[in-house]
Amino acid sequence: MNNKHSFPSTMKEEIIIAGFGGQGVLSMGKILAYSGLMEDKEVTWMPSYGPEQRGGTANVTVILSDERISSPILNAYDVAVVLNQQSLDRFESKVKPGGVLIYDSYGIHTPPQRTDIKVYQINAMEATFELKNTKAFNMIVLGALLKVKPMVTIDSVLRGLKKTLPERHHNLIPMNEEALRRGMALIEE
Amino acid sequence: MEEVRLMKGNEALAHAAIRYGADGYFGYPITPQSEVLETLEAEMPWETTGMVVLQAESEVAAINMVYAGAACGKAVFTSSSSPGVSLMQEGISYIAASELPALIINVMRGGPGLGTIHPSQADYFQACKGGGHGDYHCIVLAPSSVQEMCDFVGLGWDLAFKYRTPAMILADGVVGQMMEKVILPEQRQRRTEEEVRRQCPWATTGKKGRKQNVVTSLELDDDRMEQNNLRFQRTYREIEKHETRIELLNTDHCDYLLVAFGSMARICQKVMELAAEKGIKLGLARPITLWPFPAQQIAEAARHCKGILVVELDAGQMIEDVKLAVNCSIDVQHYGRMGGNVPSPDEVLNAFENLFINKK
Repeated sequence: MNNKHSFPSTMKEEIIIAGFGGQGVLSMGKILAYSGLMEDKEVTWMPSYGPEQRGGTANVTVILSDERISSPILNAYDVAVVLNQQSLDRFESKVKPGGVLIYDSYGIHTPPQRTDIKVYQINAMEATFELKNTKAFNMIVLGALLKVKPMVTIDSVLRGLKKTLPERHHNLIPMNEEALRRGMALIEE
Repeated sequence: MEEVRLMKGNEALAHAAIRYGADGYFGYPITPQSEVLETLEAEMPWETTGMVVLQAESEVAAINMVYAGAACGKAVFTSSSSPGVSLMQEGISYIAASELPALIINVMRGGPGLGTIHPSQADYFQACKGGGHGDYHCIVLAPSSVQEMCDFVGLGWDLAFKYRTPAMILADGVVGQMMEKVILPEQRQRRTEEEVRRQCPWATTGKKGRKQNVVTSLELDDDRMEQNNLRFQRTYREIEKHETRIELLNTDHCDYLLVAFGSMARICQKVMELAAEKGIKLGLARPITLWPFPAQQIAEAARHCKGILVVELDAGQMIEDVKLAVNCSIDVQHYGRMGGNVPSPDEVLNAFENLFINKK
């Protein structure tokens, strides 16, 4: 994949990823941030921290930009990736008009209503069952995100993983790549 | 070229200290700064540089270990968060009174009391206006990025050794927990015993061939204690003269001035962007040293302004210094959140508009 030419002028993506603690929300944000680092972008990763990491809701703001980043805390986002109903309720209204909302349909009883944003429903949970790997959930979601918004290349994601994972876990990288590709396929054009 | 890395502010503090050639860390875990000790434990600098890393039995013990290490001329530091730093105040006063260099890091959380674990700036008064007892100051540095978390470790120690006074890094949960790009400094060797003796002739290094050095904050003779105080004050005037630091953004052409430090200064940069879209010209004065406070620079930046908004994660502390800086000749207002809540950029802009634009 060659996304380098998708952003001819300067790029900035302000992203919120939100879901249950334990779904891999923070690490998905971290992987995205590392991928940005691989492409020499400016990067900020700001987590919700504290007791919510142990089972409640967790969220992380990731900003990738060609220029110096101002606030790590935002009130409006270019992209929201939401993985449970509480996060959907909280962040649907915070997507900028014309922005993107990606949500996993598992456990969602009230789907998003907005018509001034692009909404993508995915079924990443189902895909983890197909891959027989529930741990791949966040990488599937990341794949879907990068299909909709190719802000970094898959190659950068894999290089970022290689750099941050200890050597003994490098055997897991192909599985992560498979999950990313599965996630990309979830987005129907 | 040094490698660009991605890490949390708290992790950057730990790496920077090892790279500086620190001799010792003494601390006790508390959210939101626990990654400092965790990172030091993971890096195991005692295997490489010989740096001591010790989890003390309490914050009181930690600061007194710092006191003792500093008395030996060592580059020692501690880190904690608000309630823990309150426990350290007696020790900080002793370190200041003993004219010792030390680095103290406070990654502030919501108070008062045990409070919350989320970001706050409500220890401004404590850090800048004493904190412990007696007439003393710490040099207070306020980082607003992960790179500054890294850089201010070295700067803090350099200033502490130069003026023989404790330096404090006053950060908050946002700067401690967020990850950004950072370039770490080159690894420096820890000073040898001989270098410590040469650099710190006042230190208790073993009195072979010289007069005994005594490090104490106790002086029961009032006149001599007053002389000590006068000496401290002379040092503080020197620090004020040479070490005041500030970042000014867009202050030449602004109608109103925002004043904010640390994470709030980052949020205020976004407020400036949002305001510009509405045709409102905002400038930002970001004190980098909170003590000494850059009063003169703020007064100059605000001279042509219609008003000043001081944005803090507290009920209004730095605003007192801003009002003094401009002698209340300009309308100075405050906006802040408390208890661990952090305002979003649009919330700050709304507050600004209500205080300055809509009221007319």
